[in-house]
Amino acid sequence: MTASATSAKPREVRDSVVIRFAGDSGDGIQLTGSQFSAASALAGNDTATFPDFPAEIRAPTGTLAGVSGFQLHFASRDILTPGDRADVLVVMNPAALAANLKWLKPNGILIANADSFQAKNLRMAGYAENPLEDGSLADYQLFQIDLSRLTNDALQGFGLSAKEVERCKNYFALGLVFWLFERNGEMVEGEIRRKFAAKPVMMEANLKVFHAGWDYGENTELFALSYSVPAAQDIAPGTYRSIAGNEATALGLVAAAHKAGLDLFYGSYPITPASDILHTFAGLKEYGVRTFQAEDEIAAICAAIGAAYGNQLAVTGTSGPGIALKSEAMGLAVMTELPLVIVNVQRGGPSTGLPTKTEQADLLQVLYGRNGESPMPVLAARSAGDAFDTAFEAARVAIKYRVPVVLLTDGAIANGAEPWRIPDVDALPTIEPNLLDDAAKLEGGPLLPYLRDVETLARPWIKLGTPGLEHRIGGIEKWDKTGHISYDPQNHHNMVKLRQAKVDAIAAEIPPMHLEGAPEGDVLVLTWGSPYGAALTAVRELQAQGRSVTHANLRWLNPLPLDLGALLLKFRTVLVPEINNGQLVKVLRAAYALDIKQYNRISGQPLSVMELRDAILNVLPH
Amino acid sequence: MTLATDIALKPKDFATDQDVRWCPGCGDYAILAAVQRALAKQGIPPHQIATIAGIGCSSRFPYYMATYGFHTIHGRAPAVATGLKVARPDLQVWVATGDGDSLSIGGNHFIHLLRRNVDLKVLLFNNRIYGLTKGQYSPTSELGKKTKSSPQGSVDNPFLPMSLAVGAEGSFLARSIDVDAKTLADVLAAAGAHQGTALVEILQNCNIFNDGAWDHLSSKEFRADQTILVEHGKPMIFGANRDKGIRLNGLRPEVVKIGENGVTEADLWVHDAHDEDPTRAFLLSRMEYPLFPVPVGVLRSVQRPVYDALVNAQVDEQKATRKANLQGLLNGRSTWVVG
Repeated sequence: MTASATSAKPREVRDSVVIRFAGDSGDGIQLTGSQFSAASALAGNDTATFPDFPAEIRAPTGTLAGVSGFQLHFASRDILTPGDRADVLVVMNPAALAANLKWLKPNGILIANADSFQAKNLRMAGYAENPLEDGSLADYQLFQIDLSRLTNDALQGFGLSAKEVERCKNYFALGLVFWLFERNGEMVEGEIRRKFAAKPVMMEANLKVFHAGWDYGENTELFALSYSVPAAQDIAPGTYRSIAGNEATALGLVAAAHKAGLDLFYGSYPITPASDILHTFAGLKEYGVRTFQAEDEIAAICAAIGAAYGNQLAVTGTSGPGIALKSEAMGLAVMTELPLVIVNVQRGGPSTGLPTKTEQADLLQVLYGRNGESPMPVLAARSAGDAFDTAFEAARVAIKYRVPVVLLTDGAIANGAEPWRIPDVDALPTIEPNLLDDAAKLEGGPLLPYLRDVETLARPWIKLGTPGLEHRIGGIEKWDKTGHISYDPQNHHNMVKLRQAKVDAIAAEIPPMHLEGAPEGDVLVLTWGSPYGAALTAVRELQAQGRSVTHANLRWLNPLPLDLGALLLKFRTVLVPEINNGQLVKVLRAAYALDIKQYNRISGQPLSVMELRDAILNVLPH
Repeated sequence: MTLATDIALKPKDFATDQDVRWCPGCGDYAILAAVQRALAKQGIPPHQIATIAGIGCSSRFPYYMATYGFHTIHGRAPAVATGLKVARPDLQVWVATGDGDSLSIGGNHFIHLLRRNVDLKVLLFNNRIYGLTKGQYSPTSELGKKTKSSPQGSVDNPFLPMSLAVGAEGSFLARSIDVDAKTLADVLAAAGAHQGTALVEILQNCNIFNDGAWDHLSSKEFRADQTILVEHGKPMIFGANRDKGIRLNGLRPEVVKIGENGVTEADLWVHDAHDEDPTRAFLLSRMEYPLFPVPVGVLRSVQRPVYDALVNAQVDEQKATRKANLQGLLNGRSTWVVG
């Protein structure tokens, strides 16, 4: 049988549900959450997810430090955020309850693994009394379920050790919530069969437990009804899949390499939260992808620069601490004017900071954090799916202008998944690398490695190995056109201006600002990066109440869109929400000398719709 | 693969029109000439060669080589060259570096390059001083050395580059003195032919900031007695009269006089450059003036898997067995249709 039969119990239809799973980092919470997410997407819901996990892989069991969470928002309409607070919280132990109860709405459903609320676990979570019994959870719909015992009962006769039985219990929880929200279990069953293909006993055990969880929901008298979230109707037609930001970033770059007819080189040093980009690329060798797991961040970018010199689409990826180490080499790429994409999956800083938490505090670092005048285009993805397009665009610009380009994402985008309308490969634009690959193209003239294209100011990308095109480049200032070493004062001035002009010129091809709302009014909410979803949701809610609010998002942070300055003047107030201490707002104030308002929370968590609504209300005329 | 051409190449085919800006009398001139001669002899044309350097006097090398060239940043030449070689295995890639560049700021890249065995030819110019920054002690400067940054004498214990390289799993290790044209030509030829990282330490004189650093080895007066040319398969004999040798007493090398105390050539250590066990290569790397003659020539040359070849073999294998389908890749494992 499959856990996909329709429940015989009464059903309540909901427009959207936010569910949060929490447990020890070894409890399989991320897996449970992502499988529920995938099943919801397949059921036609719009979805958005927010994995919230600790840096410790296996912190001591039952401790607050080891709590891993996964929040999923699924809805019968277009949604843009993983939800501020949860309708349903599933906790595997007291620590998970202690760390996550603050996310549960009043009267929300709380499903607790009652077995684990033992003296030792309670003590580790800081509870003097058992919260399941002392009445402190009276504001919630509490369902106590002996997950461990029920899992053990279901596995009688399998001959598994106590530890192996314990590892199956997340599938009991998953089966139960699948019943509760009428999700089709076939996909989970397929995943279990794939994952445990080499261990038939564990495969059968997990399937059994998953079904037992579903049956428990249907048969127990605890649950009087189940819930239904119908398929969303306002989603653009197309073929969809679920994708997380890191995978989308990698795929966008592979697509760009394909469209440019180039092989791709990825130099990287493992770092949270960027490592999944390396993992994705490592599995794509048949697409001409070479990965280099370097000895350090510096080697990672330097090897990429070497590959760029060798005419591949070169990429390096990291997080903020890695950018700090790569900065000198980023300057080398500026000086040598080679195509290079530098991905920064931002996390909390400074220093080691909050490795697994999100932040947007590297904007000024990538704009200005290098020695000398070192201009570099900077783009930011606003969501997981958008990371594909933004990565593609970063690569296109790098190749066209022969320039290193920074692509900013962040921890929330990197690990959060959302439905993504799959692009048609044939419809993606072709990228023309225009390699200088034949000495005959010089028409008898000298090779000038720094001769510039009239339109783009790009220098030639010379095909290495071509007879007659031997040339030298390096980090010392170049003579214009010849590329020879130069200490000439006027030449340095000219070259600084040229490198700046080349980056500035890209603004001409940035599309006009897209506005959600009227082109003028009381408030413009201007975002970049992951606050996009929460800000747009808050703006739509206020628009529905008739307020004069418009939202716009910046993909391009350097250069800024040409029409941005005029747009800002059309609104009484411009509000810039960021997960930093006010970085874009500084850039905008400097660029336009305007009194722009800021909203900032720097807690390692995404901004919420609720706080942004309040922040906008604060600047709206009363 | 880089292929030798039928057209005879001359050293000047590898010379650029740039004015060479090393100090008059610098040992680098002799090295540049030797490399240009060696490249002409091996027959790979300039367009199939790239010369990569870091920062320092020696790292100006690419500007004077009519190959493709990249003057990168301090210490990072091995990393840039690794990326280039992985991307373009068809090119022969040479790295020019110095004792400060590769052993100090670039020490990490240096050891990992040797460990990976990327097919690069590394010229390590060892002058035991920082020249471009005008005379501070380097990681190969002797203890007690008085320099601008160590007026009372350096308290920084030096590396022996060849010992470090043995520990880092170097597959090809050779040494020459800048003015020893014959040995330099031989080790450069051997490095060019080696598959994997070929490290050539060149003991180089800085006549401005560390003049005479290697006089005890390089001067005609001392060279025969204070260096030893090691040759694969041959007993280790040295001395102006070819009457001294190295004998292994267990794992302890000792200098012996042939013909004294019953010592004959048959008692001497026979150099095995191809010995997979690095123990004896390490013993060679520890032979230092004044207790021993300093070994020059090819200290070690063993075959082991080459990084860039392995990377490209995996790519080729995956291309052959798994058909690339970008649309399929974007679609992923499960999709659904809206509308």
